[in-house]
Amino acid sequence: MSDLNAVSAVEAPGPAPTGPRHGGSPAKPRSLAGDAWLDLRSSKIFWVAVVLVAVILLMAVWPSLFTSADPRDCVLANKNAGAASGAPFGFDFQGCNVYAKTIYGARDSLIVGLFATLLAGVIGLLFGLTAGYYGGWLDAVLSRFIDVVLGVPFLLAAIVLANRFSTDPDATNIVPVILTLGLLGWTTSARVMRSAVISAKGQDYVAAARMLGASPSRQMFRHILPNSIGPFLVVLTILLGINIASESTLSYLGVGLKGDAISWGIAIAEAGPYIRTTAAPLIWPSVFLAVTVLAFIMLGDAIRDAFDPKLR
Amino acid sequence: MNFDPNAPLLQVNDMHVEFRTRDGVARAVTGVNLILRPGETLAVLGESGCGKSVTAQAIMGILDTPPAHVTKGEVLYRGVDLLKLPEDERRQVRANRIAMIFQDALSALNPVYSVGYQIGELFRTHRGLSRQEAKRRAVDLLDQVRIPDAKNRVDDYPHQFSGGMRQRVMIAMALALDPDVLIADEPTTALDVTVQAQIMGLLAEVQRERNMGLVLITHDMGVVADVADTIAVMYAGKVVEYAPVYDIYAHPAHPYTKALLESIPRLDFKGRGLNVIRGLPPALTDVPRGCPFHPRCAYARDVCRQDPPPPAYQIAPRRIASCHFIREVLGV
Amino acid sequence: MFRYIVRRLLQMVLTFFGATFLVYALMFANQDDPYQALVGERPLSESQRIALNAQYHLDDPFLVQYWHYVRGLLTGDLGTSLTQRRPISEMLAEAWPITIKLALLAVLIAAVIAVSAGVLSGIRRGGVFDNVTLVITLIVLAMPVVVLAPVAQVVFGVQLGWFPVTVTRDAGLWDLLLPALVLGTLVIATELRVTRSSVAENMRADYVRTARAKGLTNKRVIGAHVLRNSLIPVITLIGVDIGALMSGAIITEGVFNIPGVGFNLFRGIRAEDGPLVVGFVSVLVIVFLVINLIVDLLYAALDPRIRYE
Repeated sequence: MSDLNAVSAVEAPGPAPTGPRHGGSPAKPRSLAGDAWLDLRSSKIFWVAVVLVAVILLMAVWPSLFTSADPRDCVLANKNAGAASGAPFGFDFQGCNVYAKTIYGARDSLIVGLFATLLAGVIGLLFGLTAGYYGGWLDAVLSRFIDVVLGVPFLLAAIVLANRFSTDPDATNIVPVILTLGLLGWTTSARVMRSAVISAKGQDYVAAARMLGASPSRQMFRHILPNSIGPFLVVLTILLGINIASESTLSYLGVGLKGDAISWGIAIAEAGPYIRTTAAPLIWPSVFLAVTVLAFIMLGDAIRDAFDPKLR
Repeated sequence: MNFDPNAPLLQVNDMHVEFRTRDGVARAVTGVNLILRPGETLAVLGESGCGKSVTAQAIMGILDTPPAHVTKGEVLYRGVDLLKLPEDERRQVRANRIAMIFQDALSALNPVYSVGYQIGELFRTHRGLSRQEAKRRAVDLLDQVRIPDAKNRVDDYPHQFSGGMRQRVMIAMALALDPDVLIADEPTTALDVTVQAQIMGLLAEVQRERNMGLVLITHDMGVVADVADTIAVMYAGKVVEYAPVYDIYAHPAHPYTKALLESIPRLDFKGRGLNVIRGLPPALTDVPRGCPFHPRCAYARDVCRQDPPPPAYQIAPRRIASCHFIREVLGV
Repeated sequence: MFRYIVRRLLQMVLTFFGATFLVYALMFANQDDPYQALVGERPLSESQRIALNAQYHLDDPFLVQYWHYVRGLLTGDLGTSLTQRRPISEMLAEAWPITIKLALLAVLIAAVIAVSAGVLSGIRRGGVFDNVTLVITLIVLAMPVVVLAPVAQVVFGVQLGWFPVTVTRDAGLWDLLLPALVLGTLVIATELRVTRSSVAENMRADYVRTARAKGLTNKRVIGAHVLRNSLIPVITLIGVDIGALMSGAIITEGVFNIPGVGFNLFRGIRAEDGPLVVGFVSVLVIVFLVINLIVDLLYAALDPRIRYE
């Protein structure tokens, strides 16, 4: 007698003669996104992140809601002075209102973060889609290229690149910083997109679309993209946090935002030499920067956990 | 430990195991009784999910707790209840007295250690032997399970062996400390048919040589017929029939056993359709009321849907079954 | 193994040329006046221009320039700093010892904490300890080094006075501890998370069940079987971490005035000392590549499946 057949005979799943196998009320089938949303709704981290992001966005869009003081209106007489009315965080070495400066610091940081992330996202998307969909030598070349880009530690590359793009010493330098971060930050999203596309490509519905003669671009944008976008967006959310941190780091080093721009990174750098006198001008921008970065990373983390419950 | 040489080698009494998970409690084993004597081969037979592997792991004491909990019962080894032993003594029983081999040797062996290291580890930790001596013993064992060129292969890693050779390594590892009970959990399922026969042959041979008790866990009626002395058929966490192999094949007393036998393709019945068992075994979180087998049972009547099956009924010496309609099934 | 090493070496050579080319091209390609780009906003005298040309050959075709640059890198001729007026290779040689000390200390601290805490959370996934570490790592993960280094300096150096605020060239281990902690914190969170999930995954592996069935002690099951397998992905992380540490060292050494490689680069960037920046960055890129090569070889040594592929 054949052992293999015995196996299949015993284990062959047939139609169950009675009701549903998992008794009770049959659960409504839910989509992955639906499941993820249910998980998200009950995640404390997610809601904390959402509230923080909302406040930060509000600060960036409408700073006068939080302070009536002008961050650029600095009176030297107030140099390193303590807290006062309208200036709960005191004043820095130039006599600027630390609270106002910190509130207004959100705007440029967010603008840089958002646009740099958008740029990185577009590059990563195109890169990942192309490498993943076409595969073969094209994929090999593109993947090698990613290796090369990752062969230079991020900040080192950013320093060189930011230097390269900043041509006007008096400008706020927003565009060069966006370009720098965007052109260096796309590698992770490209890799994620690439592997998502490769796995989506193997799915039956994409094969079906291919057999029905859908063009490559139609296959990509109608069939593959919508099903690969989840992890990609998670990476971008986290990247947004990282970009805000990187902007501050570059600004701190003097190759990021300059001139008229208000940046937490600049504020931290400027406060450095005075820490023995007053720490507030250093501490507050640091706190705001850290919380902003944390908010986006938390958001991304919570969404990823909801989409990928495997390891919790 | 005061093992009683006259007590049965291994005896499981009314064992219950449940898995407590977030989605509820799954009763994987609900009152299993087994007995094993030296030199005997006991086959535990059943579909996946019937609790046979859980039973084996509960005997070994290697269930993950939580979520698994042995809630009731005894596991007697030579008269000593292993469940009551302190963990350190229990640990000494493993590999020394009761050893186990697993289904998929590739994942059951640690990928980053050589097979010699993994076998020698037993001698080093349990017997305090030196590295060299442990390795020498490992070579001997690999020889005994007939791995060619054992001297040179002892330093190879699991992924460098073929499936059959890997299972031989597993067997060598299990035999290392000369246990008198060997539990083999689906030892040949992952292998090619020809290799299956070789491995079963090897198992039978080492068992005979050492007069070990062998618990063979399988879902494969074909494997069982050749090697088993006794068969315990499990369904939904219970032993539904327990009998010498000849009796089971000649006169199955439980409808499930009968259905299993009828689902084996046989040359002499050529032309007749196979009777596969319809449906799936129940989910352990949701066992049907009454007899758990009733939805799939050809003999089921109202009583089966309402009352649990009667307690195990002694049909003959060493032969029990649990069903309302044993007589009808036996055809007497 | 041999094939793996050869392939990995070839890959590194490719990445070396790619990365150095990238750095060089970013710095000089398509500049209206590459000399001016090197010196930033300071006025450029004719003699300086000649000196810079001797080093960078900026009047030659681009590929020839690149060739000179790579040759300089490989022979240790990195040119002269504009601000310090000293050979850059000499400055590097002077700066390395303390940076290596700092980095090793940071890696050690991070590894010890991350692995021990990661193993603990991995074994008891979902427990109190695990949940607390998850929250802490999330916060640490979000800490930019520009926040961490200055705030640590203010809090632990200035206000609490536990550590020296700045560090000198012949600093002892204690002086370096605070900056090393800051630096270590940059990589600790990822290392911990990878350790955790890798331990958690391996705890459920079949071979762990086998190890238990062999009657091994819990200590040995985890120490010899789970840990050995779980550390493989953590080791590979070190390669990535080195990049984060380099970036972090620029800020941290700048903040604490540690006269190491990062500090020189920090000053060079702020002073717009182009030759110094290009020289230091290039060397750091090479160091990064070499360390990654070593890590990959280590990886092969730890995982026989790679070794024999």
